Amino acid sequence: MSAILQILFDALSLGSLYALGALGIALIFGVMRLVNFAHGDVIAFSIFALLWPSTDAVAVIFAGNLPWFLLVPFVLVMGAGLSVLAEITVFRRFRKASPATMMIASFALGFVIRYFLLMLFSSRPKSISLLPALSQPVEILGARIPLLQVITIAVTVAILFGLTSFLKRTRFGLEMRAAAENFTMARVLGVRANRVIMGAFALSGALAAAIGLILGSQTGTADIQMGANVMLMAFIATVIGGLGSLPGAVIAGFLLGAASVVMQVTLPIDARPFRDAFVYGAVILVLIFRPQGLLAARGTKERV
Amino acid sequence: MSLLKLADVTIRYGRLTAVRSVSLSLAEGEILFITGPNGAGKSSLLRAIAGVTPPAGGRIDFADHDVTGRAPEDIARLGLSMVPEGRDVFGSLTIEENLLVGTGMHAGERGWRARAASALEEVYATFPILKDRRNAQAGLLSGGQQQMLVIGRALMTNPRLIAIDEPSLGLAPNITDQVYERLIALRRQRALTLLIVEQSSTRAMMVGGRMILMRGGQVMMDGDASAMGQSEAMQDAYFGYGEH
Ligand SMILES: Nc1ncnc2c1ncn2[C@@H]1O[C@H](COP(=O)(O)OP(=O)(O)O)[C@@H](O)[C@H]1O
Ligand SMILES: [Mg+2]
Repeated sequence: MSAILQILFDALSLGSLYALGALGIALIFGVMRLVNFAHGDVIAFSIFALLWPSTDAVAVIFAGNLPWFLLVPFVLVMGAGLSVLAEITVFRRFRKASPATMMIASFALGFVIRYFLLMLFSSRPKSISLLPALSQPVEILGARIPLLQVITIAVTVAILFGLTSFLKRTRFGLEMRAAAENFTMARVLGVRANRVIMGAFALSGALAAAIGLILGSQTGTADIQMGANVMLMAFIATVIGGLGSLPGAVIAGFLLGAASVVMQVTLPIDARPFRDAFVYGAVILVLIFRPQGLLAARGTKERV
Repeated sequence: MSLLKLADVTIRYGRLTAVRSVSLSLAEGEILFITGPNGAGKSSLLRAIAGVTPPAGGRIDFADHDVTGRAPEDIARLGLSMVPEGRDVFGSLTIEENLLVGTGMHAGERGWRARAASALEEVYATFPILKDRRNAQAGLLSGGQQQMLVIGRALMTNPRLIAIDEPSLGLAPNITDQVYERLIALRRQRALTLLIVEQSSTRAMMVGGRMILMRGGQVMMDGDASAMGQSEAMQDAYFGYGEH
């Protein structure tokens, strides 16, 4: 029983990370048809923003010692800020370009962010203690679950509810949904393109920062590569979910998390190092049978 | 004083010239039909007016502003509402959400909420079917209901000019009759200026008003719809007889 509970929490918390990542990618894809491969680097950047530039193994803390109620908003603002800056300085110029061109621009931006961090902090991962209180385990029905996992899941659920009601109940959310379905028609009705796109980038960047916080607290390190794996899985989740579909991205993120954890415990010991190959194999199978993704998004074509 | 004025407007897609040096003007309160065969450049012209496809040459003035090459959201703010060919409802949004999208550009102005609410009631009074299904997904509506929805959606922006591309497209004749009935009534109530694109001149002759005939990206005739009617010159212009 407690083993199953442990697996359940592992699956949900890993799935949460992938779902948050996929949501950040899908939000931008929805309004711009851009797959932002710099998303993983925004994750790393928002954590490094807590540190002073140095090449030591032990991080020199800048804002990292703030109490949590200041630290969390600080990191979220860093992620959102970098993301909006990227839109203004880079992506805005490519808005009329082909999706392939935009995708390559996002790779380039990712490299710029990564090498900027490399220059300031070197490639050595740094130990940090972010939100140390969260590493305590809690007892749930006899199983010892890290508090961080419980909080990760709770925060993700809260974010999902918050985002849903933002999209459903606010004027800005309505404009974003309309723009995601048919951007040109929304503009013809007076929706400001720049505002909607900047809003999507801000939300996406804040989601990346939330992932950075969770990863940083979980591993106790700040690593320039820390966003890469989540980015890859999140990208796969958005494809499986149906590019541009937010519910699809979330569901697929949780499915991928669950698949990874379940394979980790059920595969024969010798096969476990190849877990990801099995996960990707499952992804290929899904896409063979549903090439449009689980929930195909509406209006992925240009009209008007 | 003209509300809309086009001078030598040319539209290109790569090397294809879709509209060639078109000039026309439209007075406040007027109704203008643009007719012509498939490929004449009617939709291109409408998209240029709305700012969706910027023209390659010429100048477009609307409501005393030079709007050539301006963004669609800016032109919408000046009071121009375009309903594209194929309607483009937001299929995943509810009917009411579709209607509300266009009220956002007045957000922040004094009393905009009250005005948006009364505009909504007005649209519902004009198209009761929309009110009955206000919370249904717009993608589930029939073609005729979608046409009413997009006309209502255009009205919600409180426009001075509505430009509609082929409102009769894919509709049964009796449904088209209903759509036109509402359009004409709306025009009378609100002193709306209407620019309507249709392939055939039949509607234009029934409704009356001014009509322009386009073919091959150019204006072939411009005059009173009922007078132009079935004239031989008009037939020739439409089908291009005598040019081959
Ligand atoms: N987006 C586009 N890209 C390339 N060519 C186009 C595009 N839209 C229209 N055209 C071409 O421009 C010409 C005029 O088309 P259009 O404006 O749709 O005419 P109409 O609405 O009168 O049928 C046609 O030859 C059409 O093929
Ligand atoms: Mg057309």
